[in-house]
Amino acid sequence: MDRQRQAEIFERLAAHSPARIGVGRTGTRALTQEVLKLRLDHAHAVDAVYGEVSPALLAEFELFTVDTQFQDKELYLKRPDKGRLLSAEGSAAIAERCLRRPQVQVVVADGLSAKAVDANLPDILPALMDSLEANGLTAGTPFYVRGARVGCMDDIGRILEPESLVLLIGERPGLAAATSMSAYMCYRPYPGRKDSERTVISNIHARGTPPVEAGAHIGSVLRKMLEQRKSGIGFII
Amino acid sequence: MKLSVTLKGRNYSFHDLKEVLAKANEEKSGDRLAGIAAADAAERVAAKYVLSELRLADIRENPLLCPDKDEVSRLIEEDLAEDVYQAFSSFTVGELREYLLRSDTTGSELLRVGSGLTSEMIAAVCKLMSNLDLIQAASRMEILTTCRTTIGYKGTLASRAQPNHPSDHVGGMKASLFEALSYGIGDAVIGINPATDAVENMKSLLYATKEVIDRWSIPTQNCVLAHITTQMRAVEEGAPADMLFQSLAGTEEGNRGFGIDLALLEEADALIRARGTAEGPNRWYFETGQGSELSSESHFGIDQVTLEARCYGLAKRFNPFIVNTVVGFIGPEYLYDSKQVIRAGLEDHFMAKLHGLPMGCDICYTNHMQTDQNDMDNLSILLASAGVSFVIGVPLADDCMLNYQSLSYHDIATVRETLRMKPAPAFEAWLESVGVMRDGRLTAEAGDAIRFVY
Repeated sequence: MDRQRQAEIFERLAAHSPARIGVGRTGTRALTQEVLKLRLDHAHAVDAVYGEVSPALLAEFELFTVDTQFQDKELYLKRPDKGRLLSAEGSAAIAERCLRRPQVQVVVADGLSAKAVDANLPDILPALMDSLEANGLTAGTPFYVRGARVGCMDDIGRILEPESLVLLIGERPGLAAATSMSAYMCYRPYPGRKDSERTVISNIHARGTPPVEAGAHIGSVLRKMLEQRKSGIGFII
Repeated sequence: MKLSVTLKGRNYSFHDLKEVLAKANEEKSGDRLAGIAAADAAERVAAKYVLSELRLADIRENPLLCPDKDEVSRLIEEDLAEDVYQAFSSFTVGELREYLLRSDTTGSELLRVGSGLTSEMIAAVCKLMSNLDLIQAASRMEILTTCRTTIGYKGTLASRAQPNHPSDHVGGMKASLFEALSYGIGDAVIGINPATDAVENMKSLLYATKEVIDRWSIPTQNCVLAHITTQMRAVEEGAPADMLFQSLAGTEEGNRGFGIDLALLEEADALIRARGTAEGPNRWYFETGQGSELSSESHFGIDQVTLEARCYGLAKRFNPFIVNTVVGFIGPEYLYDSKQVIRAGLEDHFMAKLHGLPMGCDICYTNHMQTDQNDMDNLSILLASAGVSFVIGVPLADDCMLNYQSLSYHDIATVRETLRMKPAPAFEAWLESVGVMRDGRLTAEAGDAIRFVY
């Protein structure tokens, strides 16, 4: 096969892959622009982990903030168990300010990417609220949890006893996407629920599942969850 | 068994062997998460003092997990070379360290000694060794294994090409594989982590990698790292697999978390021996990594270094072609920063080699750890100096499917050139024949993936 033809085919194959290929070299090392691009993507991912959600954004959506027991980012990363329990102040705050036993409790959380909240909340939250209404569901009082792991759903469930809970939380950032969010949903969350008892829509970001689309989808998932009285394995979407 | 010591006027005492082993570990976030780490720096050293005085017989006579309750314990006992053990049973752990590091203890002697040590004894001595101790002792051992080709020779550094694709697109995978080959990467294995664990998908990746291997007569082997039952189905249906892959844990319950047990591994072993496409005796690829038992709550209060060693005890039973620790993949709750990842990489490599295993490393990290690519540069040079059997390469260090970073194809070529190491011999000869390498160095043609398009 001639070189021209090979090059055309390679280009076509490479177009199917997001991998960093056909990048060239200097000696055995990567080219400067490629090295910097990699560093930039990594920097965004690290900043997503260590960042804070914009207070203005939380104010705009009238979300008050409660903390888990994480104390600081280092302990948050080392001790996932701390991020599954609300602080005493946080528990008291939601007990005081939130509607008890709502049909749907909406919770927003930083998780491993504060940037995911910044990037997706303006689209996903209004779409989600609309889809709840369209599905005839009523929501309780939404709020924001800082230093959260997915398991904090159970601790919130213990205090507020919702029929269902949806947690919008930042995912572990990759180089391709530092702003990816997941929506975890659970029927009647309480301490001791297993991972397998939660339903998740993951990869929510502009180039994955668009946040507006994900938000619009959540209402019907929750409605079916309430009808079937279960979530996770055995729940039919 | 003496479990206490007085140092600088302070008395330290420990309840049992399990506590001594855990507290003697270098700092790891996973041991803290499990609540078994030393309370402070002095207690850590005190545990090392106590451990250094324990005899190997003490360790054998005080099992951490009873053989009648755990099949990994049972298998480690069964596979021990009793005569070798008897010769060393009165050694203390401290004496064992000194014996391993003597100038006249050759690589083959190290392997002989290793055959008479349980995984717990190997973990114990590891806890008394510095990073340089681990490098020196490991570098003496040469472990050759053969699947389609042979790897492990001293002075060589083999590599896994890992052309993963987020949706298993065969064309996209091939483009990434051609890039790997053009940098001289892929002598240990062309190994793909599938995005979807389904038989048809698995088969198409096996056929595609085999097609590339056949088209260019590449002396290497293929593997698709789906769940073992998926791989077995694909092989039963005639797909060409040179070896089988499985992740291992150090306890029976941990392995159940991976959906496997000894009986399933034996069934799979019989299948790949009967139906695999390679001729050589080594038909397995295993992956391990500190912390997996804690993450699946199957650790029984045993520290992550000791549990990791037990994975090697299990791996040994199946004479694998390659084994690697995925050292920085598990996350900061088990290995927090570069110091812990580097230590773990050197520990895992040494412990596996002393078990007689062809040990490699996925020198890697996730974005929520306190590490970056510079740390991977460091660990790659340290492990290559220690004689690591193979490392893993992905395009520019970025795995676009698993969302973590490992070494780049460039990095592996650079380590080889800097430390004057070569690919596996058959693969080097092949690289010369296709014009990518000459006299142990990449040629001007290297890095050109287009040449492998057909």
